[in-house]
Amino acid sequence: MTPSTSSAITLNINGEKYTLPVDHRTTLLDALRERLDLTGSKKGCDQGQCGACTVLLDGRRAVSCLQLAVAAEGREITTIEGVADGERLHPMQQAFLDLDGFQCGYCTPGQICSAIAVIEEHAAGWPSAATDDVRPEAGVPALDAEEIRERMSGNLCRCGAYVSIVQAIAQAAEAAGTQAKEAAA
Amino acid sequence: MREFGYERAFDVSGAVALLGSDPEARFLGGGTNLVDLMKAGVERPALLVDVRDLPLGGVEFTDGGGLRFGATVTNSDLAAHPEVRRRCPALAQSLLAGASGQLRNMATVGGNLLQRTRCGYFTDINKPCNKRSPGSGCPAVEGEHHNHAILGASAHCIATHPSDMAVALAAFDAVISYETADGPGELPISEFYPPVGDTPHIETALPPGALITAVTLPPSPVTAHSRYRKVRERASYAFAIGSIAAALDVRDGVVREVRLALGAVASRPWRARTAERVLIGGPASAEAFAAAADAELAAAEPLAENGYKVTLMRNLVVAVLTELTEEGSR
Repeated sequence: MTPSTSSAITLNINGEKYTLPVDHRTTLLDALRERLDLTGSKKGCDQGQCGACTVLLDGRRAVSCLQLAVAAEGREITTIEGVADGERLHPMQQAFLDLDGFQCGYCTPGQICSAIAVIEEHAAGWPSAATDDVRPEAGVPALDAEEIRERMSGNLCRCGAYVSIVQAIAQAAEAAGTQAKEAAA
Repeated sequence: MREFGYERAFDVSGAVALLGSDPEARFLGGGTNLVDLMKAGVERPALLVDVRDLPLGGVEFTDGGGLRFGATVTNSDLAAHPEVRRRCPALAQSLLAGASGQLRNMATVGGNLLQRTRCGYFTDINKPCNKRSPGSGCPAVEGEHHNHAILGASAHCIATHPSDMAVALAAFDAVISYETADGPGELPISEFYPPVGDTPHIETALPPGALITAVTLPPSPVTAHSRYRKVRERASYAFAIGSIAAALDVRDGVVREVRLALGAVASRPWRARTAERVLIGGPASAEAFAAAADAELAAAEPLAENGYKVTLMRNLVVAVLTELTEEGSR
């Protein structure tokens, strides 16, 4: 029996449900952009190498160009359109604005989604390839420029706005850390 | 891209049965390699069996201090796991050295083991390739091969295995468990990847239709003193041009135990058993490390453009074993 090559699926995106029929070949990126008019996620390389299409799947960053839409059913998808709190920008969006963390802006939605996840991964104690001692006893190092560059290496910027991107993420990380300390106090 | 069916499996036997229903079916894990290859036309499955929701996402301890982790554990979860980082830092480091944060969140243990070579001739369907199209030839031998194999290759294929994780697993004698329609089985990683010979299209010893279910690292105290180092053409997010996973136990200046595996030099992660034999019982000195590396690399057959890898690997062996020795004496 030839299997069906399309399905009706329901995607949970930014807290809303969208039901649509998809050819199984449809990537999540194409579903977002071409079918649901959520064009914030950008198509750069379409082969998982540039990070412009980065979204959060169940709170974790992923490249939507290598994620089949049909396989994303049942997962919580957050795109750049869903990171702000109403009219109030996400602190990472604000930091990119404050510190000019972009030039042409094409890679920016992916940079911001990725950077939001970097702060959460770091807060959860995840080491990186820049971390000298990965043993849990050593603790996780501060999110300095070297750690940020390594953790963000999956997001390319052809304008080369990296210096400001690193500064923006460092500022947002510091603000998030201060907030966490205040909440704990 | 060819059209394909899609089924999501929720238990192991169901996944194996679904795969068996179609000779052109493939398991879908994170999809970071498979979907990419489908876009390129290299992979043309008629059916994808999605295994991400299988109950294979655990990391647990075995009797005596080993580690067992399920096939659907993501690369990032395995790298972040405190016991992996404590008992086998080189494994965590190998995972962290691979791909990007986004891809590590998607990629699974099973998929990492089964990922395909990034040889440019393999991924271009307009080129001959014995791995993709047996008997069509290997243009890399005379062509672009600066990042191809120096050990264990054949005239049929000189591609390298791209996994970082598998290099650490090879150093530490991992065992790969799988399930088939006829029941479960397991393979030591030393037998999991067969020699390339004249069958480069046969990349694993898994029986047809088998689903990887778990990987077990046997108990071995030396792995707590281990390191993975990767050399690439840019600082991050690139495949290795050479890598090494090593563990070392030195007492009173003498090598008591050593594990060594090399990456990006062969069609499979290369366990450096010759070097290990040279080192055991000998002095933990830079000269001894260099002699061991030379013994291993005596079998190297570099091509016109990848001779640098022999020097690179020799230096990597000396550097990483020296670092482990210095750390151990502190």
